[in-house]
Amino acid sequence: MTQQEAEGMLSPYRVLDLTDEKGLFCGKLLGDLGADVIKIEKPGGDPARNIGPFYHDEPDPEKSLFWFAFNTSKRGITLDIETADGQEIFRRLVKSADFVIESFPPGYMDKLGLGYSDLEKLNPGIIMVSITPFGQTGPYKDYKAPDIVAWAMGGEMYVSGDADRPPVRISHHSHAYLHAGSEAAIAATAVLHYRHMTGEGQQVDVSIQEAVTRTSHQGTTIPWDTNKTIAKRGAMFQSRARITNLWPCKDGYVNFMYWGGPMALRFNLPLIQWMGDEGIDVEFLKSFDWLAFDWRTAEQETMDLIAEPTRKFFMTHTKAELLDGAVKYNVPLYPVATTVDTVENVQLAARNFWVEIEHPELGTTITYPGAFVNASETPPVVSRRAPLIGEHNQEVYEQELGLSREELLTLKQAKVI
Amino acid sequence: MQRKLLEGIKVADFTWAAVGPLTIKTLADYGAEVIQIEGRSRNPGMRVIGPFKDNTPDLDTSGGFNQWATSKLSVAIDLTKPKGMDLAKKIVAWADVVADNMRGQAMQRMGLGYEELKKVKPDIIVLSSCMMGQTGPYARSVGYGGPLTALSGFRHITGWPDREPTGPAGAYTDFIAPRFNTLAILAALEYRRRTGKGQYLDLSQYENGTHFMAPLILDYVANGRIANRMGNKLSYAAPHNAYHCQGDDRWCAIAVFTDEEWESFCKVIGNPAWTKDARFSTLPARKKNEEELDRLVEEWTINHSAEEVMTTMQEAGVAAGLLENAEDLQEHDPQLKHRHLYWKLEHPKQGEYTAPRPVFTVSKTPCEVRRAPLLGEHNEYVLKEILGMSDEEIAELIVEEVLE
Repeated sequence: MTQQEAEGMLSPYRVLDLTDEKGLFCGKLLGDLGADVIKIEKPGGDPARNIGPFYHDEPDPEKSLFWFAFNTSKRGITLDIETADGQEIFRRLVKSADFVIESFPPGYMDKLGLGYSDLEKLNPGIIMVSITPFGQTGPYKDYKAPDIVAWAMGGEMYVSGDADRPPVRISHHSHAYLHAGSEAAIAATAVLHYRHMTGEGQQVDVSIQEAVTRTSHQGTTIPWDTNKTIAKRGAMFQSRARITNLWPCKDGYVNFMYWGGPMALRFNLPLIQWMGDEGIDVEFLKSFDWLAFDWRTAEQETMDLIAEPTRKFFMTHTKAELLDGAVKYNVPLYPVATTVDTVENVQLAARNFWVEIEHPELGTTITYPGAFVNASETPPVVSRRAPLIGEHNQEVYEQELGLSREELLTLKQAKVI
Repeated sequence: MQRKLLEGIKVADFTWAAVGPLTIKTLADYGAEVIQIEGRSRNPGMRVIGPFKDNTPDLDTSGGFNQWATSKLSVAIDLTKPKGMDLAKKIVAWADVVADNMRGQAMQRMGLGYEELKKVKPDIIVLSSCMMGQTGPYARSVGYGGPLTALSGFRHITGWPDREPTGPAGAYTDFIAPRFNTLAILAALEYRRRTGKGQYLDLSQYENGTHFMAPLILDYVANGRIANRMGNKLSYAAPHNAYHCQGDDRWCAIAVFTDEEWESFCKVIGNPAWTKDARFSTLPARKKNEEELDRLVEEWTINHSAEEVMTTMQEAGVAAGLLENAEDLQEHDPQLKHRHLYWKLEHPKQGEYTAPRPVFTVSKTPCEVRRAPLLGEHNEYVLKEILGMSDEEIAELIVEEVLE
């Protein structure tokens, strides 16, 4: 494991991260930016450790790849904040912390005497970031929102999917929580700016539903607000004539859309040029009036004349060849990538995007996504793998908080730690 | 006077389509002073992308521009003229942050690259967000959010396993990248506050998207498994789908994880006999018979409104949510109303319109969402009040058509 050495953008700050799966990404981002993030778990470990996939498919709280992915650059301690002793220790930790991030139900921290109004008295500069399904207030504040519900109520699901089947979410782990977690990190850093002006922190309220609305409004609320149009899923397949933006190629699919209007000259003509250079008959495509083209109103016969040579051309190439050619010819075309394609992508490799993180307990290293920004002075660093359960108890409680070994032992036996 | 959250931050905003305006919107709505540098002589970005009010294209009535370019000032400058470049650099000298989301290396080609801007303002923070980053063999790649959603891996994992991929609707990556951008700007400002040093922030929207794929990347690296699309299935929940309810294209998502939730679910639908069947009594059994389960659940939901399904399920402790369309979000959702997510604004050309506030709220310094500017609306204000130029100087720039 490598300890971060160079100063990061947020190096002087300490974060107490109480979140479950809903908020893990926030602390990961702050940690990569250099903050000292202490993940606080219940004794026995956070339930998010039970979310798969698992390393070598072995279900084990120390082998969750979901946990690994969103807890890099954090240290880890265990603490039961529902006990009086646990609360006392938490209060002591808050005194030297800058941020508390939590994703408990609204009111939970207040009930424990650890709400913002309590913590603010101990440390007026404390910045408390709360991430919940629907926010701290309002008629739905106690509703549950696993990803599929957040995706539904944020408006993105209604417009996603095939017209003849139910709407769909993105498969696998929750994206709604990642949107909310990154908004929480923005908010935390924004309040830090305010704290330097005033000496005071604030409480931040992030609603996961609202975070999802910020993925759908291009297709939904803008047309509604502008012209009272309700966007539907599978719109491209409900037009009177069909043309796809998903084209089969030798080893999968590529994504390319024919535009109409002025953008067509910029986006369509380079592809037609490229196809012509490779001996495809582009007579029709070259003479076609792209300025007047609109896929919503075009005739099927026209669509077929456009699609036929295009389909033929794509089938002569692989995804990787088409990506390479698209960059050379200035065509806005990208392959429909799988995770293998991503890991093998030449651009990511050329930018040294990937980082190898050691997992000594597993006797291996694992490749992770690296810095989210290529910053000239202080790039983010994935400074360590996710913590094991209670890995830094001794370091934090004994060396930093000054508890004696006996006290630590007592707390352990009382199941506070 | 009430302070603003991001008071004192100044942004010279060269951004155009989606990712750029969305990056800056949070800063502007929370009190940063933002000057959008645009013009008729270069592509005016969101202003030419519809939908337009009454479907009539006009640079001041793009719904997308007006929702996303809130709380900013606009100056329209012809950057092809040397005096236009001088003016742009004067705004950079005033600013703390410069941002663009044009094609890779576009700012350098315009003579506004980081090295140039540093000469104008040594501690400037410059953010560029493009498809695949400013360096590497694909730096100049042309693209936009739709195809990038495919390249980032989201399209392959969205849809039905027995069909071609569908993909999340719209230009999904356009809504991921801005979050990383805004965070990078604020963190870099914090670093500058401590050290006096500015820096260049090169963000690849592709790399940003890859972060959202992280567990599946690790699954491939560690286990060799290539993630595929699974409809709405989730390995540890059933029912877990969107169910058709009463009415045209009305749906409610329901998700049942625990035994307790399953019992509550059965009670809400009136404990029909099939729920006691061994095929459905445990989670593994329900997973095995999920198609049949979904059909039976839908037999019940189809006779109830989606709102009723959501409310009765949630009140019984079962996660459920209406699939909200645009009208639900903006006109009916009582939660979003309570939280004042959408602001009604008055625009001289578009009339009354709606724009969302930033996603997060803070306890002491509420945001203020102001209507988007007309093109060049603040030419005079910016030149005179912010840059301190004289009336004569301004008149000269108008006559020479440097101001548009």
